[in-house]
Amino acid sequence: MSEREIKRGATELSPIEVYMLLPKTNCRKCGEENCMAFAVKLVNRETSLNKCPELEKEEYGDARRKLEELLAPPIKEITIGTGDRAVKVGGKLVLYRHEFTYHNPTPIAIDVTDEMPLKGSDGEEGLLDRIRRIEGFSYNYIGRSLGLDMIAIRSTSNDPSAFKFAVENIVKATELPLILCSFDPNVMEAGLVAAYKRRPLIYAATRDNWREMAELALMYKCPLAVFAPGDPELIRSLSKTLIDYGVQDLMLDPGTFTDEGLSDTINIFTMIRRNAIKGGDKLLGFPLIGAPITAWINGGDPKEAAFKESYVAAMLLSRYCDLLIMHSLEGWAQLPVLIWRFNIYTDPRKPVSVEPGLRVFGSPDENSPVMLTTNYALTYFTVESDIKKANIDCYLIVVDTEGISVESAVAGRYLTADKIAEAIKETGIEKKVNHRYLIIPGLAARLSGETEEALGGDWRVLVGPKDSSGIPEFLKSKWPPKEEE
Amino acid sequence: MEKKDEEKGKTIKIGPKLLELLSELGEMELEDVEIEVEELEIQLQPMTGAPAQPLKAAVAKPEAPAKPAEILKAPFKPLIEEYPGRIREVKLGATKGEGGSRGKTVIVGGENSPSYYLFERAPPHPPVISVDVFDIPISLPKTVKNYVKEVMGDPAEWARMAVEKFRADLVTVELMSTDPLIKDAPPKEAAKTVEEVLQAVDVPIIVGGCGDPRKDAEVFIKVAEVAHGERVLLSSLTLDMDEAKVLEKVARAASEHGHAVLAFTALDLNRAKELNRKLYSYVPADSIIMDLTTAALGYGLEYTFSIHERARMAALMGDEELQHPTLSGTTNAWAAREAWMKLPPEWEPRELRGPLWETVTALSLFLAGVDIFMMMHPYAIRTMKRIIEEFSSMGKAKPEKISDWVSMKI
Repeated sequence: MSEREIKRGATELSPIEVYMLLPKTNCRKCGEENCMAFAVKLVNRETSLNKCPELEKEEYGDARRKLEELLAPPIKEITIGTGDRAVKVGGKLVLYRHEFTYHNPTPIAIDVTDEMPLKGSDGEEGLLDRIRRIEGFSYNYIGRSLGLDMIAIRSTSNDPSAFKFAVENIVKATELPLILCSFDPNVMEAGLVAAYKRRPLIYAATRDNWREMAELALMYKCPLAVFAPGDPELIRSLSKTLIDYGVQDLMLDPGTFTDEGLSDTINIFTMIRRNAIKGGDKLLGFPLIGAPITAWINGGDPKEAAFKESYVAAMLLSRYCDLLIMHSLEGWAQLPVLIWRFNIYTDPRKPVSVEPGLRVFGSPDENSPVMLTTNYALTYFTVESDIKKANIDCYLIVVDTEGISVESAVAGRYLTADKIAEAIKETGIEKKVNHRYLIIPGLAARLSGETEEALGGDWRVLVGPKDSSGIPEFLKSKWPPKEEE
Repeated sequence: MEKKDEEKGKTIKIGPKLLELLSELGEMELEDVEIEVEELEIQLQPMTGAPAQPLKAAVAKPEAPAKPAEILKAPFKPLIEEYPGRIREVKLGATKGEGGSRGKTVIVGGENSPSYYLFERAPPHPPVISVDVFDIPISLPKTVKNYVKEVMGDPAEWARMAVEKFRADLVTVELMSTDPLIKDAPPKEAAKTVEEVLQAVDVPIIVGGCGDPRKDAEVFIKVAEVAHGERVLLSSLTLDMDEAKVLEKVARAASEHGHAVLAFTALDLNRAKELNRKLYSYVPADSIIMDLTTAALGYGLEYTFSIHERARMAALMGDEELQHPTLSGTTNAWAAREAWMKLPPEWEPRELRGPLWETVTALSLFLAGVDIFMMMHPYAIRTMKRIIEEFSSMGKAKPEKISDWVSMKI
């Protein structure tokens, strides 16, 4: 099968095609200027059909159905949970990130078990303590808080009443969306009775229990996961069976092998996603579940397990996993996963940048330092946080490097002596300070001579530290600059 | 015991009715009715009992279509694609018979499928790891320094350690001393260091410059000469060299003495193609490897990831100017402060955070198709080696090993 023969991809949908099916009344009730603008937003997935009240009318019934078909992502979008904390998973349109921004960042669920005591004691972690830790987990990254999203409740007791008791307490303790994990339908039903109103994910239907799990999914109107480790054919067969049974909201777990079989895992995820998106296979057009928590199955050194769990999670994020189930709450192990998730779900066309211009910190006067950085968001926020932490009164010139970091901007000529000179003039800094000393990042050291030239010899350039965490110490020893003979 | 039986009896009696009720109510949206159900539900704990009866209630809906009674077989066949393009193979190092003195050589490239689509086509050569060795003492993250402090300042000894202890496939000699802003060591001195390293180890080597285009050109020309026939990889040749009018000289020297070159560009495929086009005039195409820039995790790795995926896909679809193996300066991972900096206790220890940072940076690019990884931390290197080995084939998964993960005890 060649590239040309494959089903038309989601990125090739034209706004005209969508516009032709819209009411063309230009009523603006959707909040857009006209129907064409609405069509463009629909194609870019920036709005949804239900924003158009006209389409609710009977005369548009056919058009609406066609539009839904046209706009349906090849990977179904499934909602787990209710209210503000509900998560949407799947809804994927493309295979590669550079084709179209990835949608619905992969939620991360952390496990608890129904055998944990509610309150901890003597080093044993309590269920409620762990839930508070999951909820409170947060890292501040370029001005955003990165955290965990869901709770996976595993029945290790295999006892319905123990499971129900645990689920009841969790429902009371947290608003986070839930995954109920047991292969025993009796246990599952006990949990569902306590939690079905919260629309948990039922994990999971297998070769052995699929019928009972399907009944539970229909009865309690909850999404259902399918688990068939290492067996894509069984995944597909169960998907077909369950769809015929009437279950519409499925998620697929083809098994996560963290040691031997890791290559199978990554390849199976890839095959399934490719068949769904390029082949249009509806039986596989459901979100995928990765469970790097299996890194813990053999016991052993907990640090090694957490290390492995983390990098397997990161690999699965790159290869089509729509929901992750993990165990470790170690900050060092979760941090790379949270950051990688944030990164690959950003718009690949736009670097994350901030407004260029002059920033004022504290209450600087005419003798305060003047520093310089780029407008790559991460660079800027890092510098900002270091300046604020040390309570420094200063000016910071943010140069427009098209959102590129210092080192790459110097290498790629997005940060040049001319650009710096231009920024100095534009910001009017020469009227704000009496001195003429400019501190540039250590990673831009090689621009120092050229910059002095570009500024007509009026300014002296001081090469600052390579990492902005060194700014306070740098200023302590180098500011104010010694008079030159 | 008695109590349990009693409860069980109760459940069997009440259970089906409640569930029947629930299954009907499920379709109603009246708020108050739902509240009643919740009340009922509270009376009904604990829920044990057979699922068979409640299930009948749902099955009994009159208009429901026939539900499958057993698993419906749906065969699975992966989509396999053919690609008009293929990545060139580049060989590094030369044995005695080939005019050098290496005990081992390395071939990278040759792929004709996206990276590690083993179900489609396995890559002919696995990726390799080159360990960084610096010619002068430099500041390194503490976590890394601990492993190499004894060999710091002795590049030959450091190289030996990289091969024997860390199992490096290649060694990168970073000639930091040549940097005009650091020591401005003359090309002759740098070339001598390269000779020492060549004598210390028998794996192929990469020679890293300082980033100053003019100085690097001088150094590389000298190194090319003294390492004649060894087929080292010169890291790197750039468009800045072209602007400084030294690219031709250094590329010709590389070619004349039988070396390979690393073409470096900053996250820009058009510039990568432009540089390759310039190089084709002086260097055989099978002597060019591309470095498309590696940004650290959290510091732009996603751009690196996407540019590698784009480059590889374009190459497979027939873009000849991108059909070169790729190299990642994965040690850039340590530019991320999260990799080395002391953070509040909940994010510690950094001794684990650092190597994990390098590992995740490497693995993301492993999946995007990188052929050579320049790495530094022994634990990250060991992990990558294990994964490369694991990815040499598929079909090793044993379902029974994880089939009951849900009830495992941690």
